[in-house]
Amino acid sequence: MSRVNLTAQNYSSPVATRIGQFQMGNAARAFGLHIVLLGYSALAMFPIILTVINSFKKSGDIFGKPYTIPTGSLFSLIGYQTVFKRAEAFLYLRNSLIVTGGSVVFTLLLGAMAAFALAIYKFRGNTAIALYMSLGIMIPIRLGTVSIIRLSSSLGLTGTLQGLIFIYIAQNIPLAIFILSQFISEIPIELIDAARIDGASEYRIFALIIPLIRQALFSVTVFTMIPIWNDLWFPLIMASGDETKTVTLGVQTFTGQFQTNWSALLAALTLAMLPVLLIYIFTSRQLIKGLMAGAVKA
Amino acid sequence: MQSTKRKPFPFHIVVFLFPAAAIYTLFMAYPLLDSLRLSFFDQNVSGAPVFVGFQNFQTLFGTPQWSGHFWNALQNNFVFFSIHMLVQNPVALLLATLLTAKRLRGRAIYRTLIFAPTTLSVVIVGFVWSLILNPSWGIFDNILTGLGLGSLIQPWLGVPGTSLVAVSLMSVWQWVGLPMVLFMAALVGISDDLIEAARVDGASAFTVFTRIKLPLILPTVGIVGVLTFVGNFNAFDLIYATQGALGAPNYGTDILGTFFYRTFYGFQLQPGNPTMGTTIAAVMFVIILGGVLLYLFGWQRRIARMQGLS
Amino acid sequence: MQKMITRRHVITLAAIAALMFMALSQAHVKAAANVTLVIESWRTGDEAVWDTIIANFNKVHPEITVKFQPTKPDQYNGALSAKLSSGTAGDLITCRPFTLSLNMFKAGQLADLTKLPGLENFSTFAKHAWSTLDDKSTFCVPMASVLHGFIYNKDYFDAHGFTEPKTYEEFLTLLEKIKAEGSMTPLALGVKDGWAETSMGLDNIGPNFWGGQDGNNGLLAGTRQYNDKGFLAAFDALSKWTPYLGKGFEAETYSDSQNLFTSGKAAIFPAGSWEISGFEQSASFKMGAFKAPPPASASKCYVSNEIDIALGLNAASKNADAAKTFLSYVAGQEFETAYSQGLPGFFPLGNYKITLSDPLANTFLGWTQECGSTLRSSYLLPSPPNGTTDVETDLWNNLALMLSGKQTAQQTADTIQKNMAGWFKPDASMSATAAATMAATPK
Repeated sequence: MSRVNLTAQNYSSPVATRIGQFQMGNAARAFGLHIVLLGYSALAMFPIILTVINSFKKSGDIFGKPYTIPTGSLFSLIGYQTVFKRAEAFLYLRNSLIVTGGSVVFTLLLGAMAAFALAIYKFRGNTAIALYMSLGIMIPIRLGTVSIIRLSSSLGLTGTLQGLIFIYIAQNIPLAIFILSQFISEIPIELIDAARIDGASEYRIFALIIPLIRQALFSVTVFTMIPIWNDLWFPLIMASGDETKTVTLGVQTFTGQFQTNWSALLAALTLAMLPVLLIYIFTSRQLIKGLMAGAVKA
Repeated sequence: MQSTKRKPFPFHIVVFLFPAAAIYTLFMAYPLLDSLRLSFFDQNVSGAPVFVGFQNFQTLFGTPQWSGHFWNALQNNFVFFSIHMLVQNPVALLLATLLTAKRLRGRAIYRTLIFAPTTLSVVIVGFVWSLILNPSWGIFDNILTGLGLGSLIQPWLGVPGTSLVAVSLMSVWQWVGLPMVLFMAALVGISDDLIEAARVDGASAFTVFTRIKLPLILPTVGIVGVLTFVGNFNAFDLIYATQGALGAPNYGTDILGTFFYRTFYGFQLQPGNPTMGTTIAAVMFVIILGGVLLYLFGWQRRIARMQGLS
Repeated sequence: MQKMITRRHVITLAAIAALMFMALSQAHVKAAANVTLVIESWRTGDEAVWDTIIANFNKVHPEITVKFQPTKPDQYNGALSAKLSSGTAGDLITCRPFTLSLNMFKAGQLADLTKLPGLENFSTFAKHAWSTLDDKSTFCVPMASVLHGFIYNKDYFDAHGFTEPKTYEEFLTLLEKIKAEGSMTPLALGVKDGWAETSMGLDNIGPNFWGGQDGNNGLLAGTRQYNDKGFLAAFDALSKWTPYLGKGFEAETYSDSQNLFTSGKAAIFPAGSWEISGFEQSASFKMGAFKAPPPASASKCYVSNEIDIALGLNAASKNADAAKTFLSYVAGQEFETAYSQGLPGFFPLGNYKITLSDPLANTFLGWTQECGSTLRSSYLLPSPPNGTTDVETDLWNNLALMLSGKQTAQQTADTIQKNMAGWFKPDASMSATAAATMAATPK
């Protein structure tokens, strides 16, 4: 509190007063707020809209009239037709959902367990283990690829979706632990002690705190889901067969060595970004609500 | 309870840690650390590894063909990181502050729209921005001309002066959503009473931000900073997708990630060199680990001390 | 209440976990009755051609299932090397020419195919890109070569009375006229990707200046240098293109150039014959082609004939016998006909009489009758032993700098030569082999 009091004393400083004079009226302030947010939203959405509108054009028109809304003769579904003819879109979608869903669920469960242990218990080697568990994000993942695949191969996991799931769990556990342990360590220790006095086991306590960090679990979901969904490297090396192809890997079918089928590529890209965008919209409500409710007031 | 706690390593801690640690060790830590060993080896004629100590590191830093590329990539990587620190994170903080403003209408819609680029794959990001910046049909040049700034037009992604900045900004555009979400979480955690009290004292929004909000979210600023650092020094995909494995033009956008990939896996007619590639990865690891340790034992300790005082 | 919810939470999570693993392990059970061969390739977009080829093959060998599994070309080398090292690569490997495949053979990743039935249908020239330097062992079955030249917008040429240039001097005059006419960019070429100005620029026009394969052999033997008269003249000739390239050509990618040409915004496309099928699909105007014009002083013309693509056998394949059966089929006339008809501009390499139906492809092929065939010099050179920059990569960067006006032709040639001299040991025997194989070329 002393720190806040210290700053509060400075409110009457000349600089602060001068800035204070620029304070806008509420309406003007709200207007300015919306202008900035609208402007940035436009910047964020323009390229996405560009991708979507061009996916409804023929290849020639994409570069002839890239900024025109496809109406009348400009409108074409040829890209989407090619995608559904050439690629087994629904199979790829199923594979992507299994891989992403499976990886995220296990990352959350195992990450929360490990984060709980590291945040709640004081034991020898705690810091060392925490540091060890974060090494994974400091080395280029492509370096370990050959070792990882050799291991998967000896476990019979190459060419399977489970193999990918194991790799993604391992890859995302560091970030999950990093975020989750921040949240768990902010849970009042009195709460845990009270549960212990009630005779709850440590496992029971873990189960008890899960709802309390629901918010953090949602944010880990978003942070890990996106890179997994968009990863090209491991599906390419480990599961490039037709039965196990993911959406992201399937999309590359439409870029050729010399000729690229642009309308099919953009149609595939549009279809590929839809699921993850939808999942985000559904989880984001929870995510933000959670982030806001879950944060411990300073 | 007490008896469990007195044991040096209680069983339930093992239960909690083991599954994560096992999968992580098996599929990530061991393969990566095991591969790092290769940086101390060279391959003889038959392809078998021979222990050579620090010789690969001497080659990397001591011979002009290697060190030139290395220092160039490192410098580019610092520029890439600086642009994220100077643009991405401040913009994220600004957006988070605006989005957590009281009585904001359409909060959910703005938030979703602004976060949307983060969900895209690099293929889309690369394609769309190359289209927008294209010298023949890019709309960006038309906008500049419309603003009377036509003389500033450049082949943005094709000349050394602008390509690195352009690619960095593309990356900023894509990833700004993640720090924004973290900042929002921290900002809503600030007590309303504190801000109201300051307001009553006549403090402007700007003053409230710099004097109250910013100091209180410093821990999150640190987390965002270190995550940006780790992400940027391990970056690869966007540059590879838009500028190729050589970091065109003339290595102007070559960063450590592309330099490593090109060396390790080879390029066009160039066979890969796993031992030198691993050496580069080892140096990257040292740089990133150094940054993280600096954060843990410099920044975080200092923040903890400051908060301990309060 | 709170306790109930948490318990349900955990149980649900565990149930999902268990179900998922059960579902996944069931999904993976599959019967393997027949042999299935997987082809690794960088030729995304060729699926339709391979559908036809595999259907033809299965009429004779219904017991062998073949799957064509291409990877995006910019990912191919890296992905393939990771797959080969970890044992997950397909049975059949599409081979890049020269050094890369040779290194894979030396590392024991590609099997020796010297005695494969069907290989006798190929000349030493055709096999050279996939044989050891002494031509004693061959490890890939040649599939196709591509030729370089220029494709132009014939409607535009006719409308303005422009004609195909016969000499390099005429070519430059033509470019100047197109520029003066003003409605089109003279040359559709950008330097962003690097390989475009190297393959379609220097390798296309260069052989006419350095004397074709003799020049290449001189480089290998150490009697010629990149900065001596002939080679330097080629760099100099290419550097004259700068004023005729499109606006912002520094940022123009190869696919931008393609779109500029096919949308009628550029007059001439420095090309490889592989463009033919794509251009014929997307361009709405008539096209013609002319060969790389030699300087007026030259007594002989050369056409860049790049043996480019072949198919090899993964040494670790568990289906080697079936794979060899398929490879012998690839070496046969039926495959070559289907492949070169399906992909106009990819020319067969076997000693068969195959007639092509595509007129543009025939124009390209005709040049091999009137001019000497030659290979890309940078592809013939070995790569530096320690993984530093090879000549081809060096050309990509330095030619881009030259065309952007950052360095002169002389500086460019000097840089290439100096960097190469740092590691390359000329070897007369390599050039002797290359000379012998060129002499044996059927075309």
